[in-house]
Amino acid sequence: MTAIPALKVLNVRKKIGRKEIIKGISFEVMPGEVFGFLGPNGAGKTTTIRMLTGLIRPTSGKIFIGGKNVRTEFTEAMKNLGCIVENPEMYPFLTGYENLAYFARMDPSIPKNRLDEVAALVGLSSRIHDKVKTYSLGMRQRLGIAQALLGNPKLLILDEPTNGLDPAGIREMREFIRSLAEKEHLSVLVSSHLLSEVQLMCDKVAIIHNGRVVRTGNVHELLSEKARTFWKAVPAEKARTLLQAETQVAEGEDGLLITPYDEEKNALWNEMLVQNGVRVKEIKAVLPALEDLFLELTGGRKK
Amino acid sequence: MIRLIYNEQLKLWKKKRILVIILIIACLVPIFTYAQYKESKALQEKIGTSDWRVQLQKQIVDTQNRLGSASLSDDFKKYLRMTLSQEQYYLNHNINPNAPGAPTFMRVFIENAIGMLLPLFVMVAASDIVSAEAGSGTIKLLLTRPVKRWRILLSKYIAMLLSVSFILLCTAVFTYAISGIVFGYRGWNMPMLTGFTIKGDELLTAHVHAVPQWKYLLMAFGLAWFVCVVSGSLTFMLSVLLRSTAAVMGIMLSSLIAGAILTNMVSAWPSAKYLFMVNLQLTNYLNGTSPPVEGMTLGFSVAVLLVWLFLSLMVSFVVFTKRDVY
Repeated sequence: MTAIPALKVLNVRKKIGRKEIIKGISFEVMPGEVFGFLGPNGAGKTTTIRMLTGLIRPTSGKIFIGGKNVRTEFTEAMKNLGCIVENPEMYPFLTGYENLAYFARMDPSIPKNRLDEVAALVGLSSRIHDKVKTYSLGMRQRLGIAQALLGNPKLLILDEPTNGLDPAGIREMREFIRSLAEKEHLSVLVSSHLLSEVQLMCDKVAIIHNGRVVRTGNVHELLSEKARTFWKAVPAEKARTLLQAETQVAEGEDGLLITPYDEEKNALWNEMLVQNGVRVKEIKAVLPALEDLFLELTGGRKK
Repeated sequence: MIRLIYNEQLKLWKKKRILVIILIIACLVPIFTYAQYKESKALQEKIGTSDWRVQLQKQIVDTQNRLGSASLSDDFKKYLRMTLSQEQYYLNHNINPNAPGAPTFMRVFIENAIGMLLPLFVMVAASDIVSAEAGSGTIKLLLTRPVKRWRILLSKYIAMLLSVSFILLCTAVFTYAISGIVFGYRGWNMPMLTGFTIKGDELLTAHVHAVPQWKYLLMAFGLAWFVCVVSGSLTFMLSVLLRSTAAVMGIMLSSLIAGAILTNMVSAWPSAKYLFMVNLQLTNYLNGTSPPVEGMTLGFSVAVLLVWLFLSLMVSFVVFTKRDVY
């Protein structure tokens, strides 16, 4: 089965004036995937998202949403898309429900009962008939998602969805996005400048820096490549000499020994250490923080 | 499309802008009514005799005497005869020409409001129709729907036309209903002279004819509607081009005021007649007031305004459908 990607981006470029802001970006988001779009501020995340949603026109390259070209089949492509670009701006002088009804009127295929459905889905049913100007930021964010879900899209694009939320709100949002992907089989593209967020929320990640995708991959693969094994063994000196014969060893705090992570070899090395009379107290696989990975990939330049 | 227009109207009403405009009209009309009432009172006092019929009869005799003079041109004679029949009508129908009825007040009001007040109302109603969406960011939600951009803009334009028509309708109803309390509601069939042409310094009366006032009012309101549509479209264009509603209002307001000033001083600068704001006083062509620049006619002004209308629509639609939204 070859599924149509929910989103396909092909060598997209954007020039503003003489300056090239986006220098050829390509990636795919498959159905049911939560895709992280990761980069520091000013890397071109929002510009890319504006191109994906048809707000700005790429200088070259193609974008397909649910197999429909955003340029040439705009209405069909937009039927597959729900999005929040930057802040979820709604009409403050209307109630939440009026806002939803307003957007539902723009797509005749949306049935009437869908309004209450999405309001319930984002947990806004009790306040839906209040004016939006009385809403908290978290509620506006949720109304924004309700609005994006109205048309039963295949792809949800959320630009910095946890921006400005408190820790509880961030956690709630994270769980909500995961459940959308798992239960509704929705593809979600989430942009973020926070590595931990992507680490916790996403299946795949594209790392963007200076208008280029530096790396795309499975979040866990990307991480395990850089994983380390921590050894706590007595006597440490002996363990170190033994391990050094097999692989690179670095020394951590408290006499910890650090080797590259390898599932198979860990067992062999452990056996070897024990046979040579070393008491292995602890073997710990440690995933690197995405922060370290990111610095490594983008050339370690720190602001 | 109807759903989109409904959406736009919903926003216009919920933002209460139109309501404010209607309220302003409702407040202004009584003020003007009172002013008009004072003026006709003062005029009556000046004339002296309390009986206006005597005065009118004197006027009729005077006109008849002038008609008898041999040195007058045929055109002017015709004009005098028209005036005579008008005066005769007042007398026969017991209408005091200095104490007008509600329809006359409507006519005076629209003639004075067409160049400034009405375009101003239209400007207030239309100025934020696109710029407010750009300013608040809701434009992003509008343009990521499965609706083409030109349809969204068209729905906004039609909504604007509807509001403009509604404002004009309210003006008509209010001026009639409120001034009628003071002046009475009669006077629909009063004959009005129209069809003046102006050549050089001369007022040509060759095509002058009398029409009942209701017909004259219909023409005047038709022209006023056209002026409102043109100024609405210009405001609309600015609203597409600029993100700030205040800037839209500022530009529109200053060009309208500039128009009012220019009208009084451009007679020596003929190319000024291609500016839209000099051409707004369309009702002047009906009652024979001389235009700001020599050679301007009703047809000319309407053509100039149509060109401005067309250009502003073209710019609005091209820019809106092509623009990158940030």
